Amino acid sequence: MQRILVCLKRVVDYNVRVRLKPDGSGVVLDGVKMSINPFDEIALEEALRIRERGEVEEVVVASIGTSDSQQQLRTGLAMGADRAVLVETDAQLEPLTVARTLLALVDRENPDLVLLGKQAIDADNNQTAQMLAALWQRPHAVFVSELSIDGAAATAVREVDAGLEVVEVDLPAVVSSDLRLNEPRYVKLPEIMKAKKKLLETIAFAELGIDATSQFSVVSTDPPPERAQGIRVDSVEALVAELKSRGLVDG
Amino acid sequence: MAEVLIVAEHDGATLNASTARCVSCAEEIAGDQVDIAVFADDGQALAAQAAKLAGVRTVLLIERAENAHPVAAVLAPQLAALATNYSHVLGPSTTFGKDLMPRTAALLGVGQLSDIMAVESPYRFKRPIYAGNAIVTVEANTGATLVATVRTASYGQTGSGGAAAIERRETDASIPAHTRFVELRTASDGSRPDLQSATKIVSGGRGVGSGENFALIYDLAEKLGAAVGASRAAVDAGYVANDLQVGQTGKIVAPDLYIAIGISGAIQHLTGIKDAGTIVAINKDEDAPIFDVADIGLVTDLFTAVPELTDALGD
Ligand SMILES: Cc1cc2nc3c(=O)[nH]c(=O)nc-3n(C[C@H](O)[C@H](O)[C@H](O)COP(=O)(O)OP(=O)(O)OC[C@H]3O[C@@H](n4cnc5c(N)ncnc54)[C@H](O)[C@@H]3O)c2cc1C
Repeated sequence: MQRILVCLKRVVDYNVRVRLKPDGSGVVLDGVKMSINPFDEIALEEALRIRERGEVEEVVVASIGTSDSQQQLRTGLAMGADRAVLVETDAQLEPLTVARTLLALVDRENPDLVLLGKQAIDADNNQTAQMLAALWQRPHAVFVSELSIDGAAATAVREVDAGLEVVEVDLPAVVSSDLRLNEPRYVKLPEIMKAKKKLLETIAFAELGIDATSQFSVVSTDPPPERAQGIRVDSVEALVAELKSRGLVDG
Repeated sequence: MAEVLIVAEHDGATLNASTARCVSCAEEIAGDQVDIAVFADDGQALAAQAAKLAGVRTVLLIERAENAHPVAAVLAPQLAALATNYSHVLGPSTTFGKDLMPRTAALLGVGQLSDIMAVESPYRFKRPIYAGNAIVTVEANTGATLVATVRTASYGQTGSGGAAAIERRETDASIPAHTRFVELRTASDGSRPDLQSATKIVSGGRGVGSGENFALIYDLAEKLGAAVGASRAAVDAGYVANDLQVGQTGKIVAPDLYIAIGISGAIQHLTGIKDAGTIVAINKDEDAPIFDVADIGLVTDLFTAVPELTDALGD
């Protein structure tokens, strides 16, 4: 293969406990630690391993977002990507618009494979890979935990509700990663220095001429309903008595 | 007037309970204007099951050899072709629906709404974001077909006793050959209840320590007639198969009783169990976050407590 395109989204780090603005207008993002969406990081790791096996020439990372997303692209370069592209916009794009934007990048880069996370841990949508594949009229394999490339096709093992599903897709294709695909490498300091010299190209979103009309608007963002305060019991006997009194076990 | 088309999920022989849950959601959107599409290679029996679901108007049966397996690239063009007659197209937010619905939406040139947890009006919904740490109320344009997935844990199954008409349909959608189903590997032997419809679940985490030790979890589940679940750490460590994972990236469950054993209660796990009626936690660390959500907590060593609990529950 010539090229893998990996998509990286900048999101609130998964260790952060998100807080809501009291007026219901959204999630507090000021001063909060931001990272590469963990699923995208796994997608990048997979692309790097494919390159290290000598099965692809080049790994390109792409992000769509504000200029701050450069940080995540630099991290991607430090992990080992060859170059980076940022499509810069301050707007919150819906997944369909993101997929259209990625299609524009696909047209420029002609990748043999697009790898990205199955979902971003902010909006938890789980849509972009499937949408990009539809617009590109190419196959997709999503929730993938094992991937092998053989010539003009790839075999993917997918984590589905019933177990593991194996599919074969012709290349080019879109593949979305699940958690067990791999464990991403740690970035070492010299790599961070080296990454500063790698190419990071910026394209203004407006330049691509993409229809960005939104179909959905968020009316409010509220905390989830709270569960009632629980109780502690101090023995198995007391636990069984409690379960019985609530009618959850027989007796 | 809203009219909803639901895509049925099935394994070739039996309709998945997620379909009956989608009907409950669809009724809130469109009353009795709810149809179900069954894609199969041999689907007469499946269509008959769908026709019995209360509240369904018509079952569309689309039979072709390519529909033998649920391949999204194969089903999406057919579903998109049928969608033109409907205001809403719904699928379950199971791996089947998550795979298929975004592809269908993009073919229709529209967006997709993920994980409907409440219907406020035919174009206004609630859905979770940030692993359930926030709930957004979203309004959709009325001018576009609304394609969405239904968070199945938020809806009960519609009743049986319906008698919908079954109509055979053909679409002239062209079906790609670029995606080929190879096989499905199932780890569970089907003897335990399915996690997503179980009324009781016993889940084990990293604290259980090994695949062999998971026998403790299975023994308790057996006694209770419960399904078995697990945390990501337990799956990653190879104690149990991936299809038992509960959480943000595993299954979202809604049993009456959820017993978490040796699970710390990471936010990604908790998001999968928020709809449980009663949460019981057994953990030796009294500061484990699982106790913040547990209705009944027991701070103790699981290796003594779980066998004791199994015994105490009698036969
Ligand atoms: C993007 C992302 C998605 C994720 N998705 C999921 C998901 O879907 N589901 C999920 O579960 N996790 C998910 N995780 C992982 C999650 O963050 C936690 O790492 C995981 O849930 C921890 O599993 P655990 O509670 O079994 O393990 P640990 O956190 O290691 O907890 C083990 C617990 O066992 C207790 N224990 C140990 N020995 C004993 C004993 N003898 N008796 C009693 N108690 C004992 C300990 O006190 C501890 O509380 C995700 C993480 C990320 C980053």
